[in-house]
Amino acid sequence: MQQVMTHHGDSHDHGHDHGHEDHENLKVLGFWIFLVTDCILFGTLFATYVVLMHNVAGGPTAKELFEMPGVIAETFILLTSSFTSGLATLAMHKGNTKQLIGWLVVTALLGLGFIGLEINEFVHLVAEGATISTSAFLSAFYTLVGTHGLHVSVGLFWMLALMIQLARRGITPVTRRKVTNLSLYWHFLDVVWIFLLTVVYLLGVM
Amino acid sequence: MWEKIKDFASTFFVTGDPLIYGADVSIVLTMAAIVFVLTKYKKWGWLWREWLTTVDHKKIGIMYLIASLLMLFRGGVDALLMRLQLAFPNVEFLHSEHYNAIFTTHGTIMILFMAMPMMFALFNIVVPLQIGARDVAYPFLNAVSFWMFLFGAMLFNLSFVIGGSPDSGWLAYPPLSELSHSPGVGQNFYIWGIQISGIGSLATGINFLVTILKMRAPGMKLMKMPLFTWSVLSSCITIIFAFPILTVTLALLYIDRFLGAHFFTMDGGGNPMMYVNLIWMWGHPEVYIVVLPAFGIFSEIVATFAKKTIFGYKSMVFAMISISVLSFFTWVHHFFTMGAGADVNAFFAITTMAIAIPTGAKVFNWLFTMYRGRVSFEQPMLWTIAFIPCFLVGGATGVMLAVAPADYQYHNSYFLIAHFHQVLIGGVVFGYLAGIYYWWPKMFGFKLDERLGKWGFWLWNIGFYVCFMPQYALGFMGMTRRLYTYGWDMGWAPLNLISTVGAFLMGAGFVFQVWQILYSIKHGERDTTGDPWNGRTLEWSIPSPAPLYNFAVVPEVKGADDWWLTKQERANGTAKAEKAQLEPIHMPKNSGIPFVMSACWFVAGFGFVFGWVWMAVVGMIGVALTMWARSFEYDTDYYIPVDEVRRTEASFGRGISCNKS
Ligand code: HEM
Ligand SMILES: [Cu+2]
Repeated sequence: MQQVMTHHGDSHDHGHDHGHEDHENLKVLGFWIFLVTDCILFGTLFATYVVLMHNVAGGPTAKELFEMPGVIAETFILLTSSFTSGLATLAMHKGNTKQLIGWLVVTALLGLGFIGLEINEFVHLVAEGATISTSAFLSAFYTLVGTHGLHVSVGLFWMLALMIQLARRGITPVTRRKVTNLSLYWHFLDVVWIFLLTVVYLLGVM
Repeated sequence: MWEKIKDFASTFFVTGDPLIYGADVSIVLTMAAIVFVLTKYKKWGWLWREWLTTVDHKKIGIMYLIASLLMLFRGGVDALLMRLQLAFPNVEFLHSEHYNAIFTTHGTIMILFMAMPMMFALFNIVVPLQIGARDVAYPFLNAVSFWMFLFGAMLFNLSFVIGGSPDSGWLAYPPLSELSHSPGVGQNFYIWGIQISGIGSLATGINFLVTILKMRAPGMKLMKMPLFTWSVLSSCITIIFAFPILTVTLALLYIDRFLGAHFFTMDGGGNPMMYVNLIWMWGHPEVYIVVLPAFGIFSEIVATFAKKTIFGYKSMVFAMISISVLSFFTWVHHFFTMGAGADVNAFFAITTMAIAIPTGAKVFNWLFTMYRGRVSFEQPMLWTIAFIPCFLVGGATGVMLAVAPADYQYHNSYFLIAHFHQVLIGGVVFGYLAGIYYWWPKMFGFKLDERLGKWGFWLWNIGFYVCFMPQYALGFMGMTRRLYTYGWDMGWAPLNLISTVGAFLMGAGFVFQVWQILYSIKHGERDTTGDPWNGRTLEWSIPSPAPLYNFAVVPEVKGADDWWLTKQERANGTAKAEKAQLEPIHMPKNSGIPFVMSACWFVAGFGFVFGWVWMAVVGMIGVALTMWARSFEYDTDYYIPVDEVRRTEASFGRGISCNKS
């Protein structure tokens, strides 16, 4: 080993394995910041919705359109899936790969159910003649709710990729970080949905 | 059948204008030349391995730099065409639609495809070196950002020859930008070109924020960080809050156009004013996003060339942070005249003027730093000094515009054009040029020729005042912006002619700079020390150009201007020589995915532009598949063995001198 002039005291700081762990933590931080940008994205969409929600231009209003039973079911399913994704994380901390994958499967199925209900809702609305081009209110409605749905779908796609990786590799620092980020994302979508429920649906039917 | 093809071709390719045929020919010739050279010299493999797949922040920085200089050229040609058109009354060189297309592409390209990438070039080249890091936080994402920018820019530029350019201004106000008023594909090119590159910019903002927060060398507290790095930090924070708004705004506009929604339309309950609010909530912070790093650059250069510690370090940091916060509370000053009411206008007039305070503080700090310093006037310093009066005048006219009642007079006049070019050229372009001159030796290992550079400098500067000072007067004489011709009876002819002469002087300045670069590649002074300006910060402590891993041993930082301290300690013989060992260095592997993924975005974007759903779907599937493939990639890094590090250092004449201590 050669000696090099430096002011470095503790060379173990940069040990190989350490370096790897650090990188995984770094990625979690980056993901938090990504979620901040996503918050702003949704914030902007919410703001547009609030500005436009009474501009029905002679078309149907929120009160006439929304059917709460379906929405309540969606809410219930999504909240449950958030809970099961929490159980998945717990299983991961216990080091139980099988259980982890199992809970992820349950979460994904619930997510799929949510998307199914949402598509069903949209199809019904369109059948009633309430399309995205009917009024500014409906443009904002479809865009805001649809963006959330799109996020959930991307999450499902990601979850699938992650389940395959977990099955192949088990719990490693890398898969651990990915599961952490995914569950962050999933909870975040849950929170966004609560706002959606309040601002779009509850305010709409009131 | 034949008729159909002819029909399609005539709407697909833009025809009927000699300028466009010229562009067609030059694109084909350039492509052919590139293919020919790469094939002849068997460089395809080299291009792929060394550049297209690189994740090295220094190389990515250089690619950003090249792309932005090309865009400066394109935007500059647009500017000269407009000035030619306006040189005399009743000129019939560009007809009105063409003029609209040109001012739109000029503005868009200059801000989004010239200033932003030039800024990212400097982020990439300088920040990791300044904070003693071996890389950015997410090297792979960094490559994604670059390629998204490049493919977005290409998509935007294609509009000139395929389908037609956007022509509703660089901020695309509805209803002009709606389907009702812009039925062609030009506006879609605008939306998707910016959208794709904008996602890349957002990722860069996150990347550099984390890099600066987490990757600093041990001992570098936040308040010991170089000011350029601080300026990048504040700019990144602004990006993170502003760019999602742009993403949404453009998406909504596209949904209006493609799905017949009513966000900003005049009918169906749409609200065009909402677009104006949204776009400026991004747009105003955007101008600070690009100018803050320029402030950082000036701070570094002033301290280096006056050989003094920067005056008022803490107030500089405070000023930058407060500018990035305040920049979000001024957007209404862009539409004082649209009837928001006196109270709203007054609020935004005051916040706007408030920004002048931290900015003024910075100018005084630079002046105090120079005061009694031994200032030397090499190129980076020249541009810095030229910036100060330019920015003072620009700032003063900006405050004039911020006075809401007065704005009713200046609004949309040439006074405004003169003002914002004064801050954008005098602040942003001069700043980045100063930065490029300053860090050029670090990038390439040689200095740029002084003599040619001075020609470029004086032509730019004189040209600048000749071009824009008359425009203030023209504004008072009633000439409005976006005007493509005017009559003799207006009395604007002499000043317009002078202005055009000035624009061509700046063009000549650019030619000198290109010449300077080409000349210096051969004859420029080589930088063998790694520290050609007697610098103060860490990037000057390593060889030029920096080795792949930047720092053989990560430095331990003692204070602000750490390299300066080290040099002084060495001179006094008080430097402590601690012993540490070289270790294998952890590096990311190259990857082709960023390039392929961005190419898929390009395909999708093209499909969206023309409303060809099949193509958009193919492109988006490509994007999804590349992301999926990346998720399954685990073998993404490697270690550079100690021997190789030692050999590299020795080849710089380094390792050996280090070992002796
Ligand atoms: C290099 C010399 C330059 C010249 C001679 C020049 C000239 C012009 C001219 C003639 C216009 C059209 C004014 C009108 O009639 O509305 C214009 C607009 C504009 N320029 Fe420049 N320009 C230059 C550089 C820049 C730079 C460096 C930037 C930004 C970084 C910039 C940003 C803009 C923008 C945003 C517009 C407004 C476009 C619109 O109205 O939508 N220009 N410029
Ligand atoms: Cu502004």
